[in-house]
Amino acid sequence: MARTFTRRKKTCPFSGRNAPKIDYKDIKLLQGFISERGKIVPSRITAVSAAKQRELSQAIKRARHLALLPYLTR
Amino acid sequence: MVRHQRSARKGIMIMALYEHVFLARQDLAHAQVEALAATATQIIVQHGGTISKTEIWPLRTLAYKIQKNRKAHYVLLNFEAPGQVVAELERQIQINEDVLRYMTIRIDALEDGPSVLMRRNEKLKISKEQRELREIREASMTDESALDLETIDSE
Repeated sequence: MARTFTRRKKTCPFSGRNAPKIDYKDIKLLQGFISERGKIVPSRITAVSAAKQRELSQAIKRARHLALLPYLTR
Repeated sequence: MVRHQRSARKGIMIMALYEHVFLARQDLAHAQVEALAATATQIIVQHGGTISKTEIWPLRTLAYKIQKNRKAHYVLLNFEAPGQVVAELERQIQINEDVLRYMTIRIDALEDGPSVLMRRNEKLKISKEQRELREIREASMTDESALDLETIDSE
């Protein structure tokens, strides 16, 4: 029998009832969506929906401008 | 432009909600930072805006150095004002050398209560209190168990 690959369906962490609001001041939340080097993690990995990913990247860039988040980490 | 003039004739000003954050140099005293916030407030009020919230965050470490500063005071202002006020506020804040950086964004709705950063500080404070309480309770518990052991030994 052919082995079936069942992958758990990932859902967007920003949709749903108790979803957190994306805010550039919420550094703790945003830090979960940037890599160790400080890059924004692609949505195909984090499963963020396209609309929310746009919002998220905007928030991360705002936080970077205000030095709340780094542009790069060595 | 046409729309702007028309509204001016009628005496109606189009108001919008804004959030303004600026970073002040690290070696300023808290009173000086408050004074900066006060001048910004004054600019907004003088030009027909209303302030809904002012927050001064405790001295924060920056994610990277800005003009040789490793830390900065953050001031957050929420206000409702016509667009020209933002231009005037930014013009004046640019001149000030104590301000390292600023950002004004338009927001859809005013957030009530303290912003996320301030909230987390409160949460920390609460958890610290809880930890202390727990420690006291545990200390008393161990005393009791020690007593129990003693009584058993004596028996």
